[in-house]
Amino acid sequence: MNTPSNRLAYKPLRHIKERIIEAGLFLAAFMSVATTFAIVAILVYESIPLFKVVSLWTFLTDTQWTPLFDDAHYGIMPLVAGTMVTTAVALAVAIPMGTIIAIYLSEFASHKVRESIKPVLELLGAVPTVVYGYFALIFVTPLLQKLMPELSGFNMLSAGLVMGIMIVPYVSSVSEDAMRAVPMHIREGSYAMGSTRFQTATRVVVPGAFSGIAAAYILGISRAVGETMIVAVAAGMQPNFTLNPLEPAATISSYIVQVALGDLPHGSIGYQTIFAAGLTLMLMTLVFNVIGYWLSRKFREVY
Amino acid sequence: MTEKETILKAEARDLSFYYGQAKALKNISLPLYDKKVTALIGPSGCGKSTFLRCFNRMHDLYPNNHYEGEIVLHPDNVNVLSDKVDPIEVRMRISMVFQKPNPFPKSIYENVAYGLRVRGINKKSILDEKVEEALTNAALWNEAKDRLQDLAFNLSGGQQQRLCIARALAIDPEIMLFDEPTSALDPIATASIEELMDELKSRFSILIVTHNMQQAARVSDYTAFLYLGELIEYNETKKIFTNPDRKETEDYITGRFG
Amino acid sequence: MRFTLQEMRTMIARHKRWDHIFGLVGMLCLLLGILTLVVLFGQLLLQGMERLTPEFFTSFPSRRAENAGILSAWVGTVAVMLVTAMTAVPLGVAAAVYLEEYAPRNWMTAIIEINVTNLAGVPSIVYGLLALGLFVYQFGLGQSILSAGLTLALLILPVVIVATREALRAVPGSIREAAYALGATRWQMVSGHVLPYSSAGILTGMIIGLSRAIGETAPIITIGALTFIAFLPNSPVTTDFPFISFKWLMDPFTVMPIQMFNWTSRPEEAFQLNAAAAGVVLLVMTLAMNGLAIWLRYHLRKKIKW
Repeated sequence: MNTPSNRLAYKPLRHIKERIIEAGLFLAAFMSVATTFAIVAILVYESIPLFKVVSLWTFLTDTQWTPLFDDAHYGIMPLVAGTMVTTAVALAVAIPMGTIIAIYLSEFASHKVRESIKPVLELLGAVPTVVYGYFALIFVTPLLQKLMPELSGFNMLSAGLVMGIMIVPYVSSVSEDAMRAVPMHIREGSYAMGSTRFQTATRVVVPGAFSGIAAAYILGISRAVGETMIVAVAAGMQPNFTLNPLEPAATISSYIVQVALGDLPHGSIGYQTIFAAGLTLMLMTLVFNVIGYWLSRKFREVY
Repeated sequence: MTEKETILKAEARDLSFYYGQAKALKNISLPLYDKKVTALIGPSGCGKSTFLRCFNRMHDLYPNNHYEGEIVLHPDNVNVLSDKVDPIEVRMRISMVFQKPNPFPKSIYENVAYGLRVRGINKKSILDEKVEEALTNAALWNEAKDRLQDLAFNLSGGQQQRLCIARALAIDPEIMLFDEPTSALDPIATASIEELMDELKSRFSILIVTHNMQQAARVSDYTAFLYLGELIEYNETKKIFTNPDRKETEDYITGRFG
Repeated sequence: MRFTLQEMRTMIARHKRWDHIFGLVGMLCLLLGILTLVVLFGQLLLQGMERLTPEFFTSFPSRRAENAGILSAWVGTVAVMLVTAMTAVPLGVAAAVYLEEYAPRNWMTAIIEINVTNLAGVPSIVYGLLALGLFVYQFGLGQSILSAGLTLALLILPVVIVATREALRAVPGSIREAAYALGATRWQMVSGHVLPYSSAGILTGMIIGLSRAIGETAPIITIGALTFIAFLPNSPVTTDFPFISFKWLMDPFTVMPIQMFNWTSRPEEAFQLNAAAAGVVLLVMTLAMNGLAIWLRYHLRKKIKW
């Protein structure tokens, strides 16, 4: 039998086991850094061969994107334009709707309404995007065509609108969290001055939650920029250098899908272009995130 | 004595208040005189803040609360607690200063102008004049005049509380409610707020909740002692602190409980 | 500046009109959102109804729309989800445990934290490109169930990490101190107390993550998954010793959303019905998983009172 002093003795084995476990857990956490690193490395590594053939200047300024044609052009701008247009349409829906819903849920709705409606709203963000694409193509486009008979079967408008609805819960839930983080005593101060709910919401709560709301918008933008399937299904996949949402066009991500659907030998021109496109997409998201980070830093509220 | 000159500004008549089922205030009747300071004292949880917050219907912001009885404003005889009276109307007439300074996330200027803007007054000349007047009356003008566009959070705690007073002054209230206005402040800031209150009472009626008996004795003309949601004793401050009628009051004041 | 009572009341009435208008607009926005969900589901159901027969679930895709089914697609989805869950959950939970219970406050931890946040914002198609370059070609895993499962695992890793951290944080510090006070080591404290107590929260995060993975199409198309698969992967159970086989991991496959996309992009009207039916199945799967997560979260909040 062990004497107490023996039992309390330092056990090197136990110590080593603890260290091994900690190291394993650290490796798991480090996976996120490795993933980021791998993403950047792969995107750059696989698109370098393309930039040996096509100069960066041509890539950024050529107005045609036809890498798989005999008369090949490598101008990313048509895809960037498509991405911008669908994103703009989506944001035109998601930002007003998401903000209004956030204000409504945070400042106007009763506790019961909020708790029962929020989960339902969040389902909007859970619907698979390919289902949304189908919905845009089969339901929304014909509906829009009744209003605008000249609208083509594939168009960026309907893809953008549906994408906007999809993004609403992302915008609204992050904004609402930010608004609810505004302390109650600040709100009481406003009500005590004789403000209405609307005045309190727009003049005190929204400015007070600005950094969080900005973060919500940025999240919405990143979603819209990277969204693929809705556009691939409903906007057609032809690169088209236009800012007119009524026309069909390809976005960066839908181009990647289109190429990936075909036969894609490793190292072919098509293979290289999707990595170059992916790199562009990644940089665009990065820019928005940096802006968002800067905004929320600059306007961070201290209570 | 002064009693003959005093004008009744408001009175609570048989006021009871419920948080859900729990009765937090029990049949309180209390007058509030114009241009006088009335202090509410009592141990924590006695209902003094609850009572104060009935005056501007702050309890309406939360569900399941209800009032019984009346709070009548004079001279127009409006019952503040009536369902027919909009709480916003009440809050436009009765300002409040809170326990913890709660400036809005805006500039100093916009904080003071807030009440006017809420009332639809946006003309710059009027706002400028009112902001200066309110800040002067709140003894903050000299410190703030060169930094009116600074964020209010950059002020010290005592300055923030004076800013909140200026914000409440700018709308020219009939009654001002103070809910333990100095409990979050250091002694020097506390002294400046107390001094301010003495000047302000020439303009309107003041109701102040305080946990600090010396403060009540210093600033108030009348004092009410509340205990467990009941009004135990109400009288002139001098009388309460020198010769109270009720034993509970004396026990509390002499520090035997609470 | 005092107003008369009359002026004040007129002004308040005018201001409160905005309250009413906004209340109405807010309601309408909420309704529009919910209505979209209802119409979307109704539309799919209406169109896909006639295809939703038992044979639809037991048939392979076919050139003839009315004979085509989703057998290979749903089997593929189940197989891919299995790989995803087996990878993402241990990795995600381990990472979360490290960040919440072990990580020292230093620059390395800060970098990891920033990375987790940033990865959640990376477009899913970029994960597809990563997998195409890394898993398919560098590691030579090919266009297999394993490649797809790993891709989606990386994709949902941030979701699992964030949810697990939240669940771990909900366990009060006093529990940890109690375990330490009884002489537990850090790992004994974590494995014996903190993890079990937060298991329901971790489960919720896992379900949410998988429900996102199940609908992901773009990254799987990017790694080059085939769209027409008329066979099943190898069975995981064999008749020979050791009765378990992992050959299925390297098999080609298709999944539900790709099958639906494939049918959507066919010009023939008849295939649209298949697409709608597949959409109904996919939607029911995701909504059921989300519903389960909401239910779990709700009951969790009611049950545990620290």
